[in-house]
Amino acid sequence: MMAALLQFSIHYVFICVLLAMLFCTLRLIAGPSAHDRVLALDTLWMCAMQLALVLGIRYASDLYFEAAMLIALLGFVSTIAMAKFLMRGEVIE
Amino acid sequence: MIALDAIPAWAAIPVAVLLIAGGSIIVVGALGLLRLPNFYQRIHGPAITVTLGTGFILLASMLFFSVLRSRVIAHELIIAAFLLMTAPVVAMMIMRAAVYRDLRAGKHDTGAASGEVYRLPRKD
Repeated sequence: MMAALLQFSIHYVFICVLLAMLFCTLRLIAGPSAHDRVLALDTLWMCAMQLALVLGIRYASDLYFEAAMLIALLGFVSTIAMAKFLMRGEVIE
Repeated sequence: MIALDAIPAWAAIPVAVLLIAGGSIIVVGALGLLRLPNFYQRIHGPAITVTLGTGFILLASMLFFSVLRSRVIAHELIIAAFLLMTAPVVAMMIMRAAVYRDLRAGKHDTGAASGEVYRLPRKD
């Protein structure tokens, strides 16, 4: 009974995160300006991190936590780099 | 799904509630990113996806692994602290770039640039 409840909630979160990634992809394709696309890509990174966390709960494995932390770090660095590029036209000045 | 059977009811119900709340918040934030009309309104949508949705999922993960391994597991707090530090920085950088680009493109009718409140700094 409790395993069924957990299984249902994990599947629900999977569907929600994948739907959020679909919305972000639509905004990434349709976004009228470049900063819209950077914002959508940042949200896509964060959704990938949440997907890794939920996969860690689903398979009861600690390995996915490390993947989630790496995705968060890389997402932060890449978003900062792209925002700097939009602002100045170069990343390192 | 052997691992899920080892979770007692008093822990399974909070984990399920936290997961469902987190998933709903995530999809609401992404829907805001897709549906809002203006960039300066759209930047508010992903903020709850990143902070509150991830916070709920991290809480559920902490509770789940603590009960599963029968000891306190709190390394998810690293991700929580990192996100709380970086989410405002990312939002501020993207917003500054957007304001700068809108001003430079002469769009004086959107968001922060409306009403000629802000002007480009003069380049000498």
